[in-house]
Amino acid sequence: MKIYIRSAACVSAQNTFNDTGFLTDVVEYTGTRLKTIDPDYKAFIDPKQIRRMSHVIKMGVAAAKQCLINGHTEMPGAIITGTAFGCMEDTITFLTRIIEQEEELLPPTAFIQSTHNTVAAQIALMLQCHNYNNTFVHKGISFESALFDAIMLLKEQDANHILVGGTEEMVDTSFKVLTRLGLYKRFPVSNLELYATETKGTIGGEGAAFFLLSDKASADNMAELTALKTLYKPANLEVAIQDLLQQNGLNIADIDLVITGKNGDLNYDKTYKDLEAGLFKNTPIANYKHLCGEYSTSSAFGLWLAANIVKTGILPPVIAQQEVSTRIPKRILYYNHYQNKYHSLMLVSAI
Amino acid sequence: MSSTVYIAGAGVISAIGNNTAEHLAAFKQEQAGIADITLLDTIHKGRLPVAEVKLTNEDLIALTGLVNHNGRTALLSLSAAQEALADAAIPNLNTWRTGFVSANTVGGMDKSEDFFAAYLADNSKGKLRNVYDHECGSMTEIVADSLGITDFMTTISTACSSSANAIFYGARLIKNDVLDVVIAGGADALTKFTLNGFNTLMILDEAYCKPFDEERKGLNLGEGAGYVVLVSDRVAKTLTKPLYATLSGYCNSNDAYHQTASSPDGTGSFMAMQGALKKSGLNPGDINYINLHGTGTPNNDSSEGTAIKRVFDPHYPPMSSTKSFTGHTLGASGGVEAVFSVLAIKHGLIYPNLRFKTRMKEVSFEPETHFQANQPVKHVMSNSFGFGGNCTSLIFSAV
Repeated sequence: MKIYIRSAACVSAQNTFNDTGFLTDVVEYTGTRLKTIDPDYKAFIDPKQIRRMSHVIKMGVAAAKQCLINGHTEMPGAIITGTAFGCMEDTITFLTRIIEQEEELLPPTAFIQSTHNTVAAQIALMLQCHNYNNTFVHKGISFESALFDAIMLLKEQDANHILVGGTEEMVDTSFKVLTRLGLYKRFPVSNLELYATETKGTIGGEGAAFFLLSDKASADNMAELTALKTLYKPANLEVAIQDLLQQNGLNIADIDLVITGKNGDLNYDKTYKDLEAGLFKNTPIANYKHLCGEYSTSSAFGLWLAANIVKTGILPPVIAQQEVSTRIPKRILYYNHYQNKYHSLMLVSAI
Repeated sequence: MSSTVYIAGAGVISAIGNNTAEHLAAFKQEQAGIADITLLDTIHKGRLPVAEVKLTNEDLIALTGLVNHNGRTALLSLSAAQEALADAAIPNLNTWRTGFVSANTVGGMDKSEDFFAAYLADNSKGKLRNVYDHECGSMTEIVADSLGITDFMTTISTACSSSANAIFYGARLIKNDVLDVVIAGGADALTKFTLNGFNTLMILDEAYCKPFDEERKGLNLGEGAGYVVLVSDRVAKTLTKPLYATLSGYCNSNDAYHQTASSPDGTGSFMAMQGALKKSGLNPGDINYINLHGTGTPNNDSSEGTAIKRVFDPHYPPMSSTKSFTGHTLGASGGVEAVFSVLAIKHGLIYPNLRFKTRMKEVSFEPETHFQANQPVKHVMSNSFGFGGNCTSLIFSAV
């Protein structure tokens, strides 16, 4: 069975929402944290509800709804989301009140909206969708886990037109704490110079991207999701990547472009650089985290990018590591790792 | 895709016991685990009863051998997962593709609460060690590392239906030939966050909960973990111990009614039960016991009761809420109750619904009130419904 990406929608720190050109108007930031460019949420959510909704719910609902619109689908066969941290804004609000008010006279709203499944639940509620609904919360492979579930559902023939997405919000508190934990650089950088600094830490980000997956071939599908694989502490990464290619009847020469999860952190970029010196030696490379920042479900941005490249035949210069070749990418390998523990691979092909 | 998935092992820890044997003894003695708060540091101590696991973190460390404790949820999880894996006694486990699919809702929140108190006073303070494993996924990773599982792991969080979803996701991984063995279930520790959260919703009973009783006032929170070991047909053939059951049916539906409340007609739970029956190829009359979600809140039990009426009327199987023993263990409840379900099949048991007195007005059935052994229990339905309208029903069947 072939799995197709029928449509996609993405809220990120770049102009990725709606038809504003495919990364033609790149936004430069200086700092260590990229915030999303928010669409007009009133177009997607009742204004009375917007007030009470945290950023991640708004981003998630808007991306999900736009994805359905793009895919000309009213009711998805399933709704599956991935998020590592869930609803941080409401979690921190409720936790703060517990401590400051010493557990007394607490309002319930933040608690109600703090559960990790809130985004998937709100989408179901707005669509009145009673179908399969699931949320995966496994660190750097939360989105990949959701995607894996969607692929299995399609293979089981239990659902079609599956809405699957990755969402993550960055709030001030999580940014401060994650900075203290050493995730981000200690000095401001231009996001467009992210890979040149050769220092520890990356830049923080956030975003939401949704996809409509289908097993039905159609001329207006965006791409084929040929394969997905996650690995935990693999013994030999190169061999694992070659195995995946081989299982799909391919070798590295068949890959027109590798999109890597390089994030400008000296310690973690070494893994990508080793591959570039080895297995990916003769393959064009693209990077994307300078555009959206690093976050646990940034692979959803990566998939949005890959699907758009094979759909449009355009490789935006801002993501290309080398001189842009004239070769139009038809087959893309996405490779990301999360703190060198979790590794994910996706194969995206033109239809 | 139609291959059978078997349950080869089970492990559980809750307020009524630290392993399956202690749970069976507590059920037989009709001994609930609900009591005054002793371990959790909260102003609600002495006012809100809970169902705590009667072991300190130090006790749990000694029990599990986990050295770097970074969350009580991970300790509870490891304890039950170790028991389940040992119980399954799979020969040459390392030759099979093995995964760990776990669920929780609080992650390392107990430790984050400690961190956050210091952090709020001064943003440069708070021990980073206490917040490092805040994520739900960290709990799963800590346990998978301890068990030596690397082939596959993931974490599901769909509120109170979390671990029921983890179990059937695990089964699907086997059916899709991704894995041969999956330890699946979930864990959740009591935290100030959840206790205060449910308290703000005014759905906690200040007395011991009375699920499915007309006079019910709310739920009692609990904590614990429950896991089953799922195996493929090929693995099952290598086992010398008898199998517990098969996972014959499952369905996940969304109520799509309200973020926290269940619909009056139980749409989501009705669809979950119907879907699970359809998947298993069974009729309502084939079910010998229902392990209810039965939290004891007016809303849940009315909604679930109405849905049961729609599915089973007029022939109701025996049913009970074991939350009258364990409290509501949130993200763990689907795993804990899956273990009770397969034990019911193995030993022919119907568990009592403690403290039940008065039938709910909207239904024409009552839960079982006494422990019964030597019953013909071939097919058990287990319900788990949660915030966000997430409703899941599982059906376990005798082999």
